[in-house]
Order: sequence, then C-alpha cells, then structure tokens
Amino acid sequence: MQNVHRLAVLGAGHVGPVIARLALRAGYPVAIAASGDPDDIALITELVIPGAEPRWASDAAADADTVVLAMPLHRFGDVNPGLLAGKLVIDAMNYWPASDGVLAAFEDGASNGHGSSEIVARRLAGSAVVKALNHIGYHELEDRARPAGAPDRRAAGVAGDDPAAVAAVADLTDRIGYDPVRLDSLRAGRVLQPGGPVFGQVLTLPEFERAAYEDVRSWS
Amino acid sequence: MTYTFGLDTFGDRESGADGTPLSHAQTIRNVVEEGVFAEQAGLDFFGIGEHHTDYFPMPAGDVALAAIAARTERIRLGSAVTVLSSDDPVRVFQRYSTLDAVSGGRAEVILGRGSSIESFPLFGYDLADYEDLFEEKATLFAELLKGGPVTWDGKTRAPLLNQDVVPHLESGPFPAWIGVGGNPQSVIRAARLGLSLALAIIGGPPARFAAYSELFRRALEKFGQPPRPVLVHSPGHVAATDEQAKAEFWPRWREVIALVAEERGFAVPTEASFDRETGPDGALYVGSPETVADKIAANLRALGASRFDLKYGLPGLTHDQLMTAIELYGRRVVPRVRELLG
Repeated sequence: MQNVHRLAVLGAGHVGPVIARLALRAGYPVAIAASGDPDDIALITELVIPGAEPRWASDAAADADTVVLAMPLHRFGDVNPGLLAGKLVIDAMNYWPASDGVLAAFEDGASNGHGSSEIVARRLAGSAVVKALNHIGYHELEDRARPAGAPDRRAAGVAGDDPAAVAAVADLTDRIGYDPVRLDSLRAGRVLQPGGPVFGQVLTLPEFERAAYEDVRSWS
Repeated sequence: MTYTFGLDTFGDRESGADGTPLSHAQTIRNVVEEGVFAEQAGLDFFGIGEHHTDYFPMPAGDVALAAIAARTERIRLGSAVTVLSSDDPVRVFQRYSTLDAVSGGRAEVILGRGSSIESFPLFGYDLADYEDLFEEKATLFAELLKGGPVTWDGKTRAPLLNQDVVPHLESGPFPAWIGVGGNPQSVIRAARLGLSLALAIIGGPPARFAAYSELFRRALEKFGQPPRPVLVHSPGHVAATDEQAKAEFWPRWREVIALVAEERGFAVPTEASFDRETGPDGALYVGSPETVADKIAANLRALGASRFDLKYGLPGLTHDQLMTAIELYGRRVVPRVRELLG
C-alpha cells in the first residue's frame, strides 16, 4: 500500500476538525463530511478548518485514498461500507459506553477480548482498517504535535493487521507531529482504547513503548 | 465591552476541617450560604450544575437557587448546566420561570447535554440518542422562552397544541445559553436557536476556542439573529498564594478526576499534566488573585467573551476554603480583571 495522499474525514464534531487541521498543516488535501448536507458545515469549515473542503460523505470518500472515521461510534452503523471499499480506513473512534451508550456488538467483542477496531473492521471487509489518532484527547492532539526531532515530541499508536496499511498511517502520524508506535494487529490496538495504558495520556516514545509493550506482553 | 463575572458549583460534596465528608444535606445548605456570599463579594452570577452522584449531590439546583434568591437582591441565578437531554423542556422552563418570578427577574439557564451523563440511565434515556434528544428539546425550549402559546410535535415528548405554558414571563425571555464543550456543530445550533454561547473549557489551551466565537458571530448573522454574548466556564481555585491554591486543589482534583476516569476510561492527571493545565496555556484557573486575574483577562480578550464563570470547589474542600476563594475572587480577582481589560 502506498502512503496517504488525499484524506476524507467523516465527522465534523469534536475530533474530525482537529484531525483535519493537523492533516492540512502537514500538506494533505482534506475533504470533511458530517452526516448530511455539506452546506450545513460550510461556515464551520471556513472558520474552524480553513483549507478543507466540505462535501457529502460519499463524494469525500470516493475521491480519497484514506478515510478517517471521526464520528461517535454509535453513528458508525450509518456508514455505508461500500463507500470505503478499497480504501485505507483510520478508525479514530472509541467505544466509551459511559459517554455514547452501550452498543451490543462492541460489548460482546470486548467480552471476547476483541478490540473495538476489530469489530469496526468486520463491517469493512473491503477496507484496510488501522486504529490510530484515537487515544490522545481532541483538546490536546493539536497543541502537542511537534515536528520530527523536536525534543518534546510525543508518541502516538498505530495498530493494524495489514503491515503496509500500518506503515502508511505511521508515515501520516509522523508527518502530522507524533512519533508513530506500530502495533502489529488490531487486537494489540486494545492498548490504545479507553481504560488501556496509554489512553488519554500524551507520552514520549520511551514512555509509550514501556506502557504499551508491557501491557501487550502481559496478555501472552 | 461590559464584562460580568460568575461562580458555578456542582454541589461538590464538602469535607469538615478533619477531612470527614459532610452529609449531602449540609453540603447543599453550605452551597446556599456560598451563593448568598457571592452577592456580598460583588459577583454578578451564581450557577449550579445538575449532577446525580455521591460526590456531586446536586440534582435539583433550582431549589437551592430559589433559597439563594430569597436572601439576595441583585445577583443573577441560573443552572450551569441543566442536562436538558434527560429532562422535559416544559418542566425546565416552568422551574426557571418560577425562579425568575421568585427572584424578580434574575433567572438564567445554561442548557447542555452535560459532561456528566449519569442522568440518562436514571431517567430511562438511552445515551445513544443524545444528539436527537438535545436537538429536539433545545428547539422546544427556545420556543417556550419566546412566551405565548406553543405548538410543537416531535419524538421525545408529548405534542403541544396551542399550549399556554405557565408561569408567564414577567419581563420577556430570561438569558439562555447553550453549553458547548468543543463541538462546532453545537455552536451553530446555539446561533440557529438564537441562544447565547457558553464555552465550557475544562482541558487544553483555551485559545483554541477563539475561532468558535467568530463562528458564533457569523452564524448568528447567517440565521438573521441579533448579536449574543459568549461566556467562558472553567474550573479553578483562588487562595492567598499560588502555592497554597495548588496545594489545596491538586489532591482533590486528582481524586475527582480519578473517579470520573474510572467511569469514563480516561487518564488520571499527573503533576506534570496539572502544571500544564494551571500554567498560562492551560484550562485551570488555580492560584493567587494576581495569577488567576491575569489568566482570565487574557482569555476573555482572546476569546471575545464578555462573561467568565469560575467553577469553584471540588469534592473534599472545606466550606471555609470555598468562602475564602469566593471572597478573593469577588474582591480581588474581578476588580483586577476589570482593570486589566480597561
């Protein structure tokens, strides 16, 4: 899989605009879509995400090679998997029942030891799903981004089953301002979830690796 | 610009001098004293946020506000916030229009989904429906606030047909704000409904919200609404010195966030993250009167906001500590902010 060239961000709430701005700053063309008419988010785009293009979700996804899922997880069911077929999909969502309600599929998955992105990937069989950009709070994600080599740069996890897809998202993560930490399966991406050892934390690379790998090791 | 300054509480459960938690009832009585004292300290607004937990035992703040109203003359009184999604907009309107009557026109509401969502299961609502619930109920509330008979039909409550909802407002709509925690679509909603914008900034750099004030202004224009004010709500604590304020606040902050973190899966704060949030680019206003005043002035200016509400108190602080914080905020911080903003 090639690197990321053109992004579609689905979700214009808390998280989507932050990811869109980071990607724009790194030089990627970005289209953003909410659940409906792009006219509804035209003003938001102009003032809060200048440079992004507001579009219908289907158009944004069709023209992008990479689609970021940045809607509340309970709205994921509204996404048509066909739109994402053949795309690299970044799952930036979290299963957070206390905030978004209990979702049976994710509850069952968790009790079987599955990561939430594995459940997402099941619905998106035609896409390469990577879990990333989900574990640093949207209120900090932009503020803490730093160019490569900066002494106070922080790390961000990138988890997926397809190594080429993980490499592409790791490259994107690096370009938007974080040292990527690759995890070689969506299951291992559980460390990035709410309740996991790095969720909500903004850690340096050594701190992140220590926390994440120790946790992964403890499962085997 | 005319600036106003308020205090908000969640009914944070207080402790006695020996660290033993006070009863819910004593905490509520103390909140009433604090509201009365807020007026004496010169503040413009006292708000109570709806919560339903052992550490924030304050589900019916409007009752406490009415008690404060009976003992004050001037201070405005409101919710901060009302969790409208799990309430009935007709009842919310009736409770606050009653408060408006009792207080002689001093009621306000801040409507929110609420960052604490314990009311959803309590009242039988599904969290997965929160967008639809809030959208419908905020729209109905905006209609009720206009006064006059209301006709309304939706999915979240019984329809209203030319319904006269009492008590009638004596002097027009009272101020109503929509609480926004970072979702730009909520800013658009506030503008569309012609309500004011309350930015709840509880983490990260406040300056990132500057675009929201501009978004709000432009959206009001787009919807043909007159200009409306923007307020900033943030947590903090004032004591004689920075060191004392941090020493009092930090252990309680770590404790309460650890509780909430367990419920919601996020990280427990560290001393490093706390230092960041209490520094000039963070969201917490913890320090001496000078430190807190500088930060409020800078952020009101950066955000184009005309009101600042300090969410004071935390579970485990004492009534005496809170009374001191209120006095310092009203008598030292606010005059200094006014001076800085010229």
